[in-house]
Amino acid sequence: MASEFHPIAPRAAPARTSGLWAKVRANLFADWMSTLATFAMVALAAWVLPMLFEWAIVKAVFRPDASACQAARGEGACWGVIAEKWRFIIFGRYPFEQQWRPEVATVLLLGLVTVSCIRAFWKPWLGILWVAVIPAFFWLMGGGFGLDEVPTDLWGGLPLTVMLATFSIVFAFPLSILVALGRRSSLPAIRTLCVFYVELIRGVPLISVLFMASFLFPLFLPVGQSPDVLVRVLVGITLFAAAYLAETVRGGLQAIPNGQVEAARSLGLTYAQTQRKIVLPQALAIVVPGIMNSFIAIFKDTSLVTIVSLYELTGAMSLALNSDANWRPFKIEGYIFIALVYFAFCFAMSRYSLWIEKRLSAGKNR
Amino acid sequence: MAHRSPPKKRDWSWRSEAFRGLVFQVVAVAAIAFGLWYLAQNTLANMQARGIKSGFDFLMQPAGFDIGESLIQYDALDPYWKAFLVGILNTLRVAVLGVLLATILGTLIGIGRFARNAIVRGLCYAYVEFFRNIPVLIQLLMWYLIFTDLLPPILEPLTLAGAFHLSKAGVSFPVPVWSFGVGLAFAGLAIGIVLAWLYRRWTMRRFEDTGRVRSLILVPLGIVIASMFAGWLAGGAPTQWSVPRPEGFSMEGGASATPEFLGVLFGLVLYTAAFIAEVVRAGIASVALGQVEAASSLGLPRNFTMRLVVLPQALRVIIPPLTSQYLNLTKNSSLAVAIGYPDVVSVATTGLNNTGRAVECITIIMAVFLTTSLTTSVFMNWYNRRSAIKER
Amino acid sequence: MKSKILKLSITAAAFALAAAPAFAGKTLDAIKARGQLVCGVNTGLAGFSAADSQGNWSGLDVDVCKAIAAALLGDGNKVKYVPLTAQQRFTALQSGEIDILSRNTTWTLTRDASLGLSFLATTYYDGQGFMVPVKLKVKSAKSLKGATVCVQSGTTTEKNLTDYSRTNKLDLKPIVFEKQEAATGAYFSGRCVAFTTDASGLASIRNKDAKDPKEHVILPELISKEPLGPAVRRGDDEFHAIAKWVIFGLIEAEEYGITQANVDQMKSSQDPVVMRIVGTSEDTGKLLGLDKEWMVRAVKTTGNYGEIFARNVGEKTPLNLPRGVNNLWNKGGIQYAPPIR
Repeated sequence: MASEFHPIAPRAAPARTSGLWAKVRANLFADWMSTLATFAMVALAAWVLPMLFEWAIVKAVFRPDASACQAARGEGACWGVIAEKWRFIIFGRYPFEQQWRPEVATVLLLGLVTVSCIRAFWKPWLGILWVAVIPAFFWLMGGGFGLDEVPTDLWGGLPLTVMLATFSIVFAFPLSILVALGRRSSLPAIRTLCVFYVELIRGVPLISVLFMASFLFPLFLPVGQSPDVLVRVLVGITLFAAAYLAETVRGGLQAIPNGQVEAARSLGLTYAQTQRKIVLPQALAIVVPGIMNSFIAIFKDTSLVTIVSLYELTGAMSLALNSDANWRPFKIEGYIFIALVYFAFCFAMSRYSLWIEKRLSAGKNR
Repeated sequence: MAHRSPPKKRDWSWRSEAFRGLVFQVVAVAAIAFGLWYLAQNTLANMQARGIKSGFDFLMQPAGFDIGESLIQYDALDPYWKAFLVGILNTLRVAVLGVLLATILGTLIGIGRFARNAIVRGLCYAYVEFFRNIPVLIQLLMWYLIFTDLLPPILEPLTLAGAFHLSKAGVSFPVPVWSFGVGLAFAGLAIGIVLAWLYRRWTMRRFEDTGRVRSLILVPLGIVIASMFAGWLAGGAPTQWSVPRPEGFSMEGGASATPEFLGVLFGLVLYTAAFIAEVVRAGIASVALGQVEAASSLGLPRNFTMRLVVLPQALRVIIPPLTSQYLNLTKNSSLAVAIGYPDVVSVATTGLNNTGRAVECITIIMAVFLTTSLTTSVFMNWYNRRSAIKER
Repeated sequence: MKSKILKLSITAAAFALAAAPAFAGKTLDAIKARGQLVCGVNTGLAGFSAADSQGNWSGLDVDVCKAIAAALLGDGNKVKYVPLTAQQRFTALQSGEIDILSRNTTWTLTRDASLGLSFLATTYYDGQGFMVPVKLKVKSAKSLKGATVCVQSGTTTEKNLTDYSRTNKLDLKPIVFEKQEAATGAYFSGRCVAFTTDASGLASIRNKDAKDPKEHVILPELISKEPLGPAVRRGDDEFHAIAKWVIFGLIEAEEYGITQANVDQMKSSQDPVVMRIVGTSEDTGKLLGLDKEWMVRAVKTTGNYGEIFARNVGEKTPLNLPRGVNNLWNKGGIQYAPPIR
């Protein structure tokens, strides 16, 4: 008996895997968990964002008017505090009429840092430029030779932050290469010294190094011989940064195959030549992202010098607002402002680091 | 590795590499020794000329200052070493709790970077970029400001269920009154954890022998709870709680977390979690895609793939950088001094100002952090070896 | 090894960049050679030492430095002010960064004996007090039981607070901040019930830093003795003597009615004590290694002690501090200077 033919129902067309809707579905409504998450997030945003918008924009006070700010307190942000105090926050206690000097000096330094980040400019003259800009920076900030003298205790704000971060990295970099080489050296005494230095510094917090530079260092030298507190702190941050950088550089050195060194040796190159011409160029190229990360870390860490009473960006902000009863209640806006300044710098640097990482690995991704 | 020089005659000339190496080392050691001697010499001379006392004998003298919060009984008449101990315990309290919370939050956010849902992915990404690009000190200061600015005044606390009080003085909450019964409950908890661990090992072995899967989470959890409950019953089921109640300017009874402590904890946890999330993300990304595909083709559901296939392999990549994040958190806890939390740095600077023993006090700070760093490194290295690939 | 050479050369370069403010040797010779007195002051405590927006320093502690510079160097403007926090001050003095510390510093045995400094005289007799918001309706420090108290670290106040809390069983909880502005900031935000420091400091903070001085009250109890005065390095006997006698001279000048306005006329006075002070009879300055006119210049620059007090912290200033114990010994106070003779 011939059974009746029952065609099975045709299968539904497969879900579209291209197009806008498919993308939305895959990313937002892939399964019930994802759908739930989407709805939860949208609900949260609908609740929080209008409040935030109202606080930060609608009810906010933008003019430097303390009584208007006081009236809006709790409902709207007081951006007027930035309008009123931005000079103090950015430049610290630097004399008002001389503020073009830190402005020029900082722009000069930042410009040089930017140029140094571009590979096309990695030429010998860049080093000479650095040698020229560093004294120029100190001349502009400190005065002398025709400019009014400004004592270092008046330096502050963003120029001090940029200066501490840049100079400590610039000074730490050559030191870290030597320490990294020393740590891989076959000479036991050198190796022990370098290991000891790196592990000691990496084991203690920066704040203790700063305390040492600020409170202890003067005791270590003959009376009256101790350098300015700013220099002591700069040396402290440099020694701290060098230990971390040395570990980054060492990572790069380890990535160079031994064959390279052996080949160089068999060509008759000396140790110094081998390192300078063969190993370091390859190793340093690998660790550029690592160096950038150290730079970001140091840039953020400079905020700690406020604890030893140097008025860089963080210190200048709290000094500006704490010393003025009218504006003291609006510290949170002040913090948001300097947090954004730090964020802008650090985010830009981390983007640059990602970009260079991609460029460096371009050769491997052929 | 450093280059190996070809065998050479040991002639004592500048041309011999061995000789040059020796000279370099002697010069280096001599230079360092001279530098240290010079600094030590100056320090001693300065101290002598100014009549500054030195030595660690002050640790036995009474400290003479109070410390705002302490895990142990401390009184101003106690000696300095005890004040330092209070500071060290406060540092450890914030570091241990911070490491725990930052690990949990960081792992969740790191895994969230691979979520199916685009909003979750985006939020996790935004979190990482936002929190790691702002200095941790500013985050600490901001949290502290938020706690002291937005919370209600000390005399008008926000009270929840008559037992929780929230104000500028911090959060107060009830704690069980300490008694023998409570001790037994804790003993039960400890025994429960050991039993649960034994059970887990037994099930794993049975799974390998027979292939039968038993619950690895619910049953051990049940064991722990049941054991704790048994301990509590055995101790006479004490139900006395010490409930905080406002009394003048302070809280009587209960326990509390001050805004200083919360500020440090929040700042450190949120900052470090961003870094841990990156570590976890990199670890997961390092697991070959084939592993996930193989798991899917075996029919493992997504969450099982993550738990049983990806994470164990990622762990090997994660642990070394995770260790350094733990160390960073511990070291960053020294910033507590900026917002008035009495950690070891704060106690040491007070001691420094009262006694003038600057060298000694800063040495103590450094020694404390070096010890914690080395201990953490040793422990994490041991754990790392355990989770490394066992090669046969 | 190269690393160490580099490290050394970086340090050396850093040294070269820093103009070391003072140099080794006898402080007195150094000050004269430099032509400038380096004076450590408070980072900002109105009435004692505070800088205006142009960077001009004023205050009681500042005037002490000015008077010493006028006597020693002939010009009260030849002073460099180095603002210091409570923690930095002693190191700065010990290391020679400053010549004299004039920063509302309490004279105690420990500091005298173990910190390597020696105090000159007491320029302000003070006591530690408490400030609380008016709205708490606290009338006495004794009713602060269990309260949190904001205090700056590195000061004698931290220990006095503990002592007071113990003796009166108040169980006060100190919250210790490294920096003065952090401590006051926490108090004004309401984190602490009370703020404590020297009574003069409280007056300064209440009048200059509080949004409305009427919202804060300084409690009547003074819980400690705080003799505030300048200090120099130990072993600097010559400079110590000069600085000490300039301060005594300012007090003597008040006692004998020599003021900023009349100091020139006083040169023709026939009172033997006045003649000794203004240097018309005996050469008191010579014994200190100075010239005859040393006290004339000092008084001309800053006025006598009473004028300094009135101008910076007295009843006509925002601080409105009563003269009280700081009055002269013959006017009911305890300011008493050994005779200049």
